[in-house]
Amino acid sequence: MNQQKTTRQKKKSGIWYGIRQALPIVLGYIPVGFAYGVLAQKSGLGLFNTIAMSVIVFAGSAQLIGAGLFGAAASPFTLIFTTFVVNLRHLLMSAALAPKLKGWRKWQIALFGYELTDETFALHSMRMAKRRPPKIETFAVNITAQSSWVIGSMIGFLAGGQIADVRPVGLDFALPAMFIALLVPQVVKPVYLMMAVLSAGLSVALYVLGFNQSHVIIATMAASTVGVGVEQWMKNSSS
Amino acid sequence: MGAVTYLPRLLPMFLLSDRRLSPWIAQWLSFVPATVLAALLAPGLLCREGELTLEMDNLFLLSAIPTFLVAWRFKSFFGTVATGMGIVALARYFF
Repeated sequence: MNQQKTTRQKKKSGIWYGIRQALPIVLGYIPVGFAYGVLAQKSGLGLFNTIAMSVIVFAGSAQLIGAGLFGAAASPFTLIFTTFVVNLRHLLMSAALAPKLKGWRKWQIALFGYELTDETFALHSMRMAKRRPPKIETFAVNITAQSSWVIGSMIGFLAGGQIADVRPVGLDFALPAMFIALLVPQVVKPVYLMMAVLSAGLSVALYVLGFNQSHVIIATMAASTVGVGVEQWMKNSSS
Repeated sequence: MGAVTYLPRLLPMFLLSDRRLSPWIAQWLSFVPATVLAALLAPGLLCREGELTLEMDNLFLLSAIPTFLVAWRFKSFFGTVATGMGIVALARYFF
Protein backbone atom coordinates (compact mmCIF):
# COMPACT_ATOMS: atom_id res chain seq x y z
CA MET A 1 0.00 0.00 0.00
CA ASN A 2 2.73 2.38 1.02
CA GLN A 3 4.83 1.46 -1.96
CA GLN A 4 1.91 2.03 -4.30
CA LYS A 5 1.55 5.51 -2.98
CA THR A 6 5.20 6.38 -3.56
CA THR A 7 5.03 5.12 -7.15
CA ARG A 8 2.04 7.30 -7.74
CA GLN A 9 3.77 10.28 -6.16
CA LYS A 10 6.83 9.67 -8.30
CA LYS A 11 4.67 9.62 -11.41
CA LYS A 12 2.96 12.82 -10.39
CA SER A 13 6.20 14.66 -9.73
CA GLY A 14 7.58 13.34 -13.04
CA ILE A 15 4.61 14.82 -14.88
CA TRP A 16 5.03 18.15 -13.10
CA TYR A 17 8.73 18.26 -13.83
CA GLY A 18 8.03 17.52 -17.50
CA ILE A 19 5.48 20.33 -17.69
CA ARG A 20 7.93 22.74 -16.07
CA GLN A 21 10.66 21.86 -18.55
CA ALA A 22 8.28 22.50 -21.44
CA LEU A 23 7.31 26.00 -20.25
CA PRO A 24 9.90 27.87 -22.34
CA ILE A 25 8.56 26.06 -25.41
CA VAL A 26 5.04 27.07 -24.38
CA LEU A 27 6.19 30.69 -24.25
CA GLY A 28 7.36 30.38 -27.84
CA TYR A 29 4.58 28.13 -29.17
CA ILE A 30 1.65 30.27 -28.08
CA PRO A 31 2.79 33.27 -30.16
CA VAL A 32 3.96 31.19 -33.13
CA GLY A 33 0.77 29.09 -33.00
CA PHE A 34 -1.15 32.35 -32.77
CA ALA A 35 0.61 33.67 -35.88
CA TYR A 36 -0.29 30.45 -37.70
CA GLY A 37 -3.92 30.75 -36.56
CA VAL A 38 -4.16 34.32 -37.85
CA LEU A 39 -2.63 33.34 -41.21
CA ALA A 40 -4.88 30.27 -41.49
CA GLN A 41 -7.97 32.39 -40.85
CA LYS A 42 -6.87 34.92 -43.45
CA SER A 43 -6.14 32.15 -46.00
CA GLY A 44 -9.70 30.89 -45.70
CA LEU A 45 -9.00 27.69 -43.79
CA GLY A 46 -11.94 26.95 -41.48
CA LEU A 47 -11.69 26.75 -37.70
CA PHE A 48 -11.96 22.95 -37.72
CA ASN A 49 -9.23 22.49 -40.35
CA THR A 50 -6.97 25.03 -38.65
CA ILE A 51 -7.09 23.14 -35.37
CA ALA A 52 -7.01 19.72 -37.03
CA MET A 53 -3.74 20.72 -38.71
CA SER A 54 -2.23 21.59 -35.33
CA VAL A 55 -3.37 18.26 -33.90
CA ILE A 56 -2.48 16.05 -36.87
CA VAL A 57 0.52 17.77 -38.42
CA PHE A 58 2.03 19.69 -35.46
CA ALA A 59 4.85 21.31 -37.43
CA GLY A 60 5.24 25.07 -37.28
CA SER A 61 7.07 25.80 -40.50
CA ALA A 62 5.09 23.21 -42.49
CA GLN A 63 1.77 24.59 -41.23
CA LEU A 64 2.70 28.21 -41.91
CA ILE A 65 3.84 27.31 -45.41
CA GLY A 66 0.77 25.09 -45.83
CA ALA A 67 -1.65 27.86 -44.86
CA GLY A 68 0.19 30.26 -47.17
CA LEU A 69 0.00 27.83 -50.10
CA PHE A 70 -3.64 27.10 -49.36
CA GLY A 71 -4.33 30.84 -49.48
CA ALA A 72 -2.50 31.02 -52.81
CA ALA A 73 -4.67 28.13 -54.09
CA ALA A 74 -1.72 25.80 -54.72
CA SER A 75 -2.42 22.23 -55.87
CA PRO A 76 -2.64 19.50 -53.20
CA PHE A 77 0.45 17.88 -54.71
CA THR A 78 2.50 21.07 -54.26
CA LEU A 79 1.23 21.34 -50.70
CA ILE A 80 2.20 17.79 -49.77
CA PHE A 81 5.51 17.81 -51.61
CA THR A 82 6.58 21.11 -50.02
CA THR A 83 5.63 19.83 -46.58
CA PHE A 84 7.67 16.71 -47.18
CA VAL A 85 10.80 18.59 -48.24
CA VAL A 86 10.49 21.04 -45.34
CA ASN A 87 10.14 18.14 -42.90
CA LEU A 88 13.07 16.08 -44.14
CA ARG A 89 15.32 17.64 -41.49
CA HIS A 90 13.38 15.65 -38.90
CA LEU A 91 14.98 12.48 -40.31
CA LEU A 92 18.26 13.69 -38.86
CA MET A 93 16.75 14.67 -35.52
CA SER A 94 14.93 11.37 -35.21
CA ALA A 95 18.13 9.45 -35.96
CA ALA A 96 20.07 11.56 -33.46
CA LEU A 97 17.61 10.70 -30.68
CA ALA A 98 17.33 7.01 -31.61
CA PRO A 99 20.23 5.78 -29.42
CA LYS A 100 18.58 7.41 -26.40
CA LEU A 101 15.42 5.35 -26.88
CA LYS A 102 17.05 1.97 -26.43
CA GLY A 103 14.68 -0.46 -24.76
CA TRP A 104 11.54 1.59 -25.45
CA ARG A 105 8.52 -0.30 -26.73
CA LYS A 106 7.63 0.30 -30.36
CA TRP A 107 4.29 1.90 -29.54
CA GLN A 108 6.00 4.27 -27.14
CA ILE A 109 8.45 5.28 -29.87
CA ALA A 110 5.52 5.73 -32.27
CA LEU A 111 3.86 8.08 -29.80
CA PHE A 112 7.08 9.92 -29.01
CA GLY A 113 7.95 10.45 -32.69
CA TYR A 114 4.55 11.94 -33.37
CA GLU A 115 5.42 14.97 -31.26
CA LEU A 116 9.00 15.43 -32.42
CA THR A 117 9.52 19.04 -33.50
CA ASP A 118 12.60 21.25 -33.80
CA GLU A 119 11.98 22.51 -30.29
CA THR A 120 11.07 19.27 -28.52
CA PHE A 121 14.04 17.63 -30.27
CA ALA A 122 16.44 20.25 -28.94
CA LEU A 123 15.01 20.00 -25.43
CA HIS A 124 15.07 16.19 -25.38
CA SER A 125 18.59 15.95 -26.74
CA MET A 126 19.66 18.17 -23.84
CA ARG A 127 17.61 16.26 -21.25
CA MET A 128 18.80 12.88 -22.50
CA ALA A 129 22.46 13.81 -22.98
CA LYS A 130 23.57 12.77 -19.50
CA ARG A 131 20.70 10.84 -17.96
CA ARG A 132 17.73 8.68 -18.87
CA PRO A 133 14.72 10.68 -17.71
CA PRO A 134 11.52 8.77 -16.87
CA LYS A 135 9.30 8.25 -19.92
CA ILE A 136 6.33 9.81 -18.21
CA GLU A 137 8.30 13.03 -17.80
CA THR A 138 9.30 12.92 -21.48
CA PHE A 139 5.69 12.49 -22.58
CA ALA A 140 4.59 15.29 -20.24
CA VAL A 141 7.02 17.61 -22.06
CA ASN A 142 5.60 16.64 -25.46
CA ILE A 143 1.95 16.84 -24.50
CA THR A 144 2.43 20.23 -22.83
CA ALA A 145 4.22 21.55 -25.90
CA GLN A 146 1.58 20.33 -28.36
CA SER A 147 -1.31 21.55 -26.19
CA SER A 148 0.13 25.05 -26.15
CA TRP A 149 0.54 24.86 -29.93
CA VAL A 150 -3.09 23.85 -30.42
CA ILE A 151 -4.32 26.53 -27.99
CA GLY A 152 -2.14 29.19 -29.65
CA SER A 153 -3.51 28.34 -33.11
CA MET A 154 -7.09 28.38 -31.83
CA ILE A 155 -6.71 31.81 -30.21
CA GLY A 156 -4.97 33.07 -33.36
CA PHE A 157 -7.80 31.87 -35.58
CA LEU A 158 -10.47 33.43 -33.35
CA ALA A 159 -8.55 36.72 -33.11
CA GLY A 160 -7.64 36.63 -36.81
CA GLY A 161 -10.55 38.78 -37.90
CA GLN A 162 -9.55 41.62 -35.60
CA ILE A 163 -5.81 41.54 -36.13
CA ALA A 164 -4.06 42.97 -39.14
CA ASP A 165 -0.47 42.64 -38.00
CA VAL A 166 1.24 40.61 -35.27
CA ARG A 167 4.47 42.58 -35.34
CA PRO A 168 3.89 45.36 -32.76
CA VAL A 169 4.14 42.93 -29.84
CA GLY A 170 7.29 41.17 -31.01
CA LEU A 171 5.47 37.89 -31.62
CA ASP A 172 7.32 37.33 -34.86
CA PHE A 173 10.61 37.12 -32.94
CA ALA A 174 9.35 34.16 -30.86
CA LEU A 175 10.76 31.59 -33.25
CA PRO A 176 14.27 33.06 -33.65
CA ALA A 177 14.43 33.65 -29.87
CA MET A 178 13.44 30.05 -29.25
CA PHE A 179 16.12 28.77 -31.65
CA ILE A 180 18.76 30.92 -29.89
CA ALA A 181 17.68 29.60 -26.48
CA LEU A 182 17.90 26.03 -27.75
CA LEU A 183 21.13 26.42 -29.73
CA VAL A 184 23.36 28.00 -27.07
CA PRO A 185 23.25 25.10 -24.56
CA GLN A 186 24.09 22.62 -27.36
CA VAL A 187 27.44 24.28 -28.01
CA VAL A 188 29.48 22.41 -25.41
CA LYS A 189 32.66 21.99 -27.46
CA PRO A 190 34.58 24.54 -29.57
CA VAL A 191 34.19 22.30 -32.63
CA TYR A 192 30.39 22.46 -32.23
CA LEU A 193 30.59 26.25 -32.26
CA MET A 194 32.69 26.20 -35.43
CA MET A 195 30.27 23.86 -37.16
CA ALA A 196 27.22 25.81 -36.01
CA VAL A 197 28.73 28.93 -37.60
CA LEU A 198 29.55 26.98 -40.76
CA SER A 199 26.03 25.53 -40.90
CA ALA A 200 24.51 28.99 -40.39
CA GLY A 201 26.61 30.42 -43.23
CA LEU A 202 25.76 27.56 -45.60
CA SER A 203 22.09 27.77 -44.73
CA VAL A 204 21.97 31.50 -45.49
CA ALA A 205 23.93 31.06 -48.73
CA LEU A 206 21.61 28.29 -49.95
CA TYR A 207 18.55 30.26 -48.90
CA VAL A 208 19.66 33.35 -50.79
CA LEU A 209 20.48 31.21 -53.83
CA GLY A 210 16.87 30.04 -53.90
CA PHE A 211 17.06 26.67 -52.12
CA ASN A 212 14.59 27.99 -49.59
CA GLN A 213 13.09 24.63 -48.66
CA SER A 214 16.08 22.31 -48.60
CA HIS A 215 18.65 24.76 -47.18
CA VAL A 216 18.35 23.48 -43.60
CA ILE A 217 18.89 19.80 -44.29
CA ILE A 218 21.73 20.39 -46.79
CA ALA A 219 23.56 22.81 -44.46
CA THR A 220 23.12 20.45 -41.48
CA MET A 221 24.46 17.42 -43.35
CA ALA A 222 27.40 19.31 -44.82
CA ALA A 223 28.45 20.96 -41.56
CA SER A 224 28.10 17.72 -39.56
CA THR A 225 30.27 15.91 -42.11
CA VAL A 226 32.94 18.61 -41.95
CA GLY A 227 32.67 18.42 -38.14
CA VAL A 228 33.50 14.71 -38.09
CA GLY A 229 36.44 15.42 -40.39
CA VAL A 230 37.75 18.22 -38.16
CA GLU A 231 37.43 16.09 -35.02
CA GLN A 232 39.30 13.19 -36.62
CA TRP A 233 42.00 15.53 -37.85
CA MET A 234 42.40 17.07 -34.37
CA LYS A 235 42.59 13.60 -32.83
CA ASN A 236 45.25 12.47 -35.32
CA SER A 237 47.39 15.56 -35.04
CA SER A 238 47.35 15.50 -31.23
CA SER A 239 48.42 11.86 -30.95
CA MET B 1 0.43 16.51 -44.82
CA GLY B 2 0.14 14.49 -41.62
CA ALA B 3 1.76 11.45 -43.18
CA VAL B 4 4.67 13.29 -44.79
CA THR B 5 5.32 14.96 -41.45
CA TYR B 6 5.06 11.85 -39.30
CA LEU B 7 7.13 9.43 -41.38
CA PRO B 8 10.43 11.36 -41.32
CA ARG B 9 9.99 11.86 -37.59
CA LEU B 10 9.23 8.25 -36.84
CA LEU B 11 11.17 5.98 -39.18
CA PRO B 12 14.78 6.65 -38.10
CA MET B 13 14.09 6.24 -34.40
CA PHE B 14 11.81 3.29 -35.05
CA LEU B 15 14.45 1.44 -37.04
CA LEU B 16 17.59 2.53 -35.19
CA SER B 17 16.60 2.59 -31.53
CA ASP B 18 17.67 -0.99 -30.79
CA ARG B 19 20.71 -1.07 -33.02
CA ARG B 20 24.26 -0.30 -32.16
CA LEU B 21 25.37 2.55 -34.42
CA SER B 22 28.88 2.65 -35.78
CA PRO B 23 31.05 5.21 -33.95
CA TRP B 24 31.31 7.28 -37.13
CA ILE B 25 27.57 7.66 -37.44
CA ALA B 26 27.15 8.34 -33.74
CA GLN B 27 29.81 11.06 -33.97
CA TRP B 28 28.14 12.54 -37.05
CA LEU B 29 24.76 12.57 -35.32
CA SER B 30 26.23 14.29 -32.26
CA PHE B 31 26.75 17.36 -34.47
CA VAL B 32 23.12 17.48 -35.56
CA PRO B 33 21.60 19.45 -32.64
CA ALA B 34 24.03 22.36 -33.01
CA THR B 35 24.17 22.39 -36.81
CA VAL B 36 20.44 21.98 -37.45
CA LEU B 37 19.47 24.74 -35.01
CA ALA B 38 22.06 27.10 -36.47
CA ALA B 39 20.77 26.35 -39.98
CA LEU B 40 17.18 26.99 -38.88
CA LEU B 41 18.03 30.22 -37.09
CA ALA B 42 20.40 32.03 -39.45
CA PRO B 43 18.14 32.87 -42.41
CA GLY B 44 15.56 34.35 -40.02
CA LEU B 45 18.14 36.78 -38.68
CA LEU B 46 20.11 37.60 -41.82
CA CYS B 47 17.57 37.53 -44.64
CA ARG B 48 14.45 39.46 -45.57
CA GLU B 49 12.29 38.33 -48.47
CA GLY B 50 14.98 36.01 -49.77
CA GLU B 51 17.78 38.55 -49.68
CA LEU B 52 20.70 39.15 -47.36
CA THR B 53 20.14 42.18 -45.09
CA LEU B 54 23.18 43.09 -43.03
CA GLU B 55 22.30 46.78 -42.59
CA MET B 56 22.24 48.42 -39.18
CA ASP B 57 18.44 48.65 -39.28
CA ASN B 58 18.02 44.87 -39.24
CA LEU B 59 16.07 44.71 -35.99
CA PHE B 60 16.15 40.91 -35.68
CA LEU B 61 19.91 40.75 -36.08
CA LEU B 62 20.46 43.51 -33.48
CA SER B 63 17.98 41.96 -31.06
CA ALA B 64 19.69 38.61 -31.44
CA ILE B 65 22.85 39.99 -29.80
CA PRO B 66 21.37 40.60 -26.31
CA THR B 67 19.28 37.43 -26.72
CA PHE B 68 22.45 35.39 -27.29
CA LEU B 69 24.10 37.07 -24.29
CA VAL B 70 21.20 36.18 -22.01
CA ALA B 71 21.16 32.58 -23.26
CA TRP B 72 24.90 32.22 -22.75
CA ARG B 73 25.27 34.08 -19.46
CA PHE B 74 22.14 33.01 -17.58
CA LYS B 75 21.42 29.66 -19.22
CA SER B 76 17.75 30.41 -18.73
CA PHE B 77 15.66 29.11 -21.57
CA PHE B 78 12.53 30.94 -20.49
CA GLY B 79 14.41 34.20 -19.83
CA THR B 80 16.01 34.05 -23.28
CA VAL B 81 12.73 33.77 -25.17
CA ALA B 82 11.11 36.47 -23.03
CA THR B 83 14.10 38.84 -23.43
CA GLY B 84 14.18 38.41 -27.19
CA MET B 85 10.49 39.11 -27.69
CA GLY B 86 10.54 41.95 -25.16
CA ILE B 87 13.45 43.72 -26.88
CA VAL B 88 11.81 43.50 -30.30
CA ALA B 89 8.52 44.84 -28.91
CA LEU B 90 10.24 47.73 -27.07
CA ALA B 91 12.39 48.65 -30.06
CA ARG B 92 9.31 48.83 -32.30
CA TYR B 93 7.52 50.91 -29.70
CA PHE B 94 10.28 53.49 -29.28
CA PHE B 95 11.77 53.74 -32.79
